[in-house]
Amino acid sequence: MLKQTEGSKAVAEAIGLCRPEVICAYPISPQTHIVEALGEMVKSGELAPCEFINVESEFAAMSVAIGASAAGARAYTATASQGLLFMAEAVYNASGLGLPIVMTVANRAIGAPINIWNDHSDSLSQRDSGWMQLFAETNQEAVDLHIQAFRLAEELSMPIMVCMDGFILTHAFERIDIPEQNQVDSYLPPFDPRQVLDPAEPVSIGAMVGPEAFMEVRYLAHAKQMQAIERIPQLAAEFKQVFGRDSGGLIRTYRIDDAETVIIAMGSVLGTIKDTVDEMREAGHKIGVLGIISYRPFPLDQVRAALKGCRRFLVLEKSLAVGMGGIVATDVRMAVSGTGLKGFTAIAGLGGRPITKASLHKLFRQAEVEALPPVTFLDLDWDVVNKQLERERQTRHSGPIAENVLHDKGIVSAKFG
Amino acid sequence: MFQIRVHGRGGQGVVTAAEMLSVAAFEEGRHAQAFPSFGSERTGAPVVAFCRISDKEIRLREPIMEPDAVIIQDPTLLHQIDVFAGLKQDGYVLLNSQHSIEELGLSELVKDRRAERFCTLHATELGLKHVGRPIPNVPLLAGFAALSGIIRLESVILAINEKFKGKVALGNIAAAEEAYQLVRQMMNHHPTSPLKEEEHA
Amino acid sequence: MGFQPVKFYQTGTFTVGNRLLAPIDRSLQSGQMRSNSINSGHRACQGCGEALGARYAIDAAVAGSDGQLIAANATGCLEVFSTPYPESSWQLPWIHSLFGNAAAVATGIAAAMKVKGKTDVRVVAQGGDGGTTDIGFGCLSGMFERNDDVLYICYDNEGYMNTGVQRSSATPPAARTATTMPVGPAPGNVFGQGKNVPEIAMAHGIPYVATATVADLRDLEYKVRKAMTMHGARYIHIFVPCPLGWGTASSDTIRMARLAKESGMFPVFEAEHGEVTGVLKIRRKVPVEDYLMPQKRFAHLFGKNPHPETVARLQTIADRNIRKYDLLNDEAN
Repeated sequence: MLKQTEGSKAVAEAIGLCRPEVICAYPISPQTHIVEALGEMVKSGELAPCEFINVESEFAAMSVAIGASAAGARAYTATASQGLLFMAEAVYNASGLGLPIVMTVANRAIGAPINIWNDHSDSLSQRDSGWMQLFAETNQEAVDLHIQAFRLAEELSMPIMVCMDGFILTHAFERIDIPEQNQVDSYLPPFDPRQVLDPAEPVSIGAMVGPEAFMEVRYLAHAKQMQAIERIPQLAAEFKQVFGRDSGGLIRTYRIDDAETVIIAMGSVLGTIKDTVDEMREAGHKIGVLGIISYRPFPLDQVRAALKGCRRFLVLEKSLAVGMGGIVATDVRMAVSGTGLKGFTAIAGLGGRPITKASLHKLFRQAEVEALPPVTFLDLDWDVVNKQLERERQTRHSGPIAENVLHDKGIVSAKFG
Repeated sequence: MFQIRVHGRGGQGVVTAAEMLSVAAFEEGRHAQAFPSFGSERTGAPVVAFCRISDKEIRLREPIMEPDAVIIQDPTLLHQIDVFAGLKQDGYVLLNSQHSIEELGLSELVKDRRAERFCTLHATELGLKHVGRPIPNVPLLAGFAALSGIIRLESVILAINEKFKGKVALGNIAAAEEAYQLVRQMMNHHPTSPLKEEEHA
Repeated sequence: MGFQPVKFYQTGTFTVGNRLLAPIDRSLQSGQMRSNSINSGHRACQGCGEALGARYAIDAAVAGSDGQLIAANATGCLEVFSTPYPESSWQLPWIHSLFGNAAAVATGIAAAMKVKGKTDVRVVAQGGDGGTTDIGFGCLSGMFERNDDVLYICYDNEGYMNTGVQRSSATPPAARTATTMPVGPAPGNVFGQGKNVPEIAMAHGIPYVATATVADLRDLEYKVRKAMTMHGARYIHIFVPCPLGWGTASSDTIRMARLAKESGMFPVFEAEHGEVTGVLKIRRKVPVEDYLMPQKRFAHLFGKNPHPETVARLQTIADRNIRKYDLLNDEAN
């Protein structure tokens, strides 16, 4: 049913349609509206049978999900930012145990300095945790990816993070087609666990594994993600049959056929990029877009094939590997290694810095003529940066960096972005 | 695409206003996107929310820096922040105040602009009168429907019924209807949707 | 307390055999019907108090749930010695997730059972003192506060034995550990304010809290069985001597547990909804020296350079326990 609704609310409704049996809730912006809505659905009896547990930390949230999933219940939780880091030990544990938990990550920056706004630092910090990570471009896709995620997770018995941009998607009201219960039921069969804690058939789960077998266990986790590379497009195709919509898949290209320059990105910024690219196309620029939906597993072959015809690419990412540069860009370069393709990286939108069409126009035009350094920091205020560097050169007791920068910026409350 | 920026203070229903505006546009078969300024502001702090309305899918995710219209829920903000920043030359302004545009000292702003697109409405009073709370957002939405024609009053009422129930919904509808009539009386003409104008142009 | 209907009047030993009891009064552990939840062949040290305590407790819990029991285990000695891959001693469904989350994992299992309508299946969580009173304390308190239907059992050997005997918040003052060496003017662990987790559990107002030792098998079994008749969050704190960590003879594990109780160093009691409802009285009071001297971890208090003032401070702690819980009985049993 078409609805004008908030991204978080829509995702909560989609989760509800997936019939989760245990939901663990701990508040952290910008994820909170999702579990609030689910809590209401459980309390009212609309979502039943389901246990909604208000836990005392994100670490407990993931731990409760681990227990529930190991006991055969479909388990769900949501988090962001510091919350994801606080549960990190249990995040790795869930995948190590092969438990098909689905978790929404409402992507948000990681502090310090404390920042509640959107970027991709949080889920990318869990890149190697063994969880699959699917990035939604729109709220419609966030809804759809959750349904696909439960199916894929349970098929492979591996956990999945569905990543949606905090605030930009979670708090946006827009038109969303909420699926019908019978559609979801026909797409997503009941959870049939590969391993389960059951007094009738006692097993030990989580035993210590020594050097003689650990590598094999780890390899099998890798093998599952390689299987997911095959299954993700198939599940997206099947999704289209049932729901009549293109959603999910490994990658999505836009106006890429004759493109000489391809912009690569993940998440909601793809919308702004597409609008910019449309305007540039009208002005005769041969430019296209490659959106990455499946960040883990990373579709190396598909990315390589998509970039085959272009001359150069620019990875625009909302994440920074401090001391190195891009995180997504590293994977893309791996995908095209040996092709001689020229690649650039733009770090953009950290901590919620708006990524505007105006800035993208400038950036993309520079990329077209290869007039960019290997790594660009979009809309960085060099005056403020240089001022602080100079301050540190001059005095040992230069004080806290973030506070100095705020002081130089002279920011009060009045900003629109 | 028509872009609206709503200014107000935490507790005045600024975000709700933008959301309801998007619901009203949706009810008319349009695409709409509403989003807050993503702050962690507490009650009383300046708050901004945005709404885009279009006949095509809206993909753009940047904040609205060049609005077609500005709705100001609290006139004390005029002295605090540049609520008119980036406002298009032919843009609309609806201000919650018992004073006129001239009395508020905005004559300079209106000069060289289309004065008939500027309007004040004592929305807080309407909220108090009909809902019993000094929340100006719903009357302003209805007033904005009258001022701009971008949405119809009936759509605002649909959005009210989606958001509120029972007595609160009825009160808000009464406030909306009075606000709509008040603004219409103040306007010399009855505008058609600026989106439609855009299409015909 | 009604756990031991028959009193024994032997001298020299309290470990009287079941042969003197009617079959119905005998301990579960002595019978052929015990479930052997932790099967033989595991890799615990000789005389391991934790292995003994876990076996007593889990067998009793299995009996108390008619065999419908699932266990969540914190990282620690118990987890390591019982499940070196691909072997497992556990004869019941068992999961180990992390060091600090056993209580939360158990909450998840209990939620799964509830949602699936398997109300007959019960859940225990278990961990050592490190996994309970330190790193797992947040999850434990959360589970208590929500009153989740979980029995949490802490096997307290007063230190991080799995990692080589380091101090935990359950390590007693003056005790030697690898991180509280017996050097300097105040050798061993510091005298702190203590962290009495059974009392903290009681402060949550949960339905049942009890302490027990491996020296009083029937008391321990009685408390586990009683806990299994209840729902909601329950906590049993079992005192389990560690020959390796304490430097005691492996044949002295039960004796050390008894001396801890008889000296007042470890009060044995039970409580419901935050109120103490019963204590296991001291039968023959002993000075703390009797408990401390056989342990190498307290050796620096005695010998060539003794610290009688430190021993006296420990005696003060024991005396306070005796007063607080009224451990000395007029009608000695």
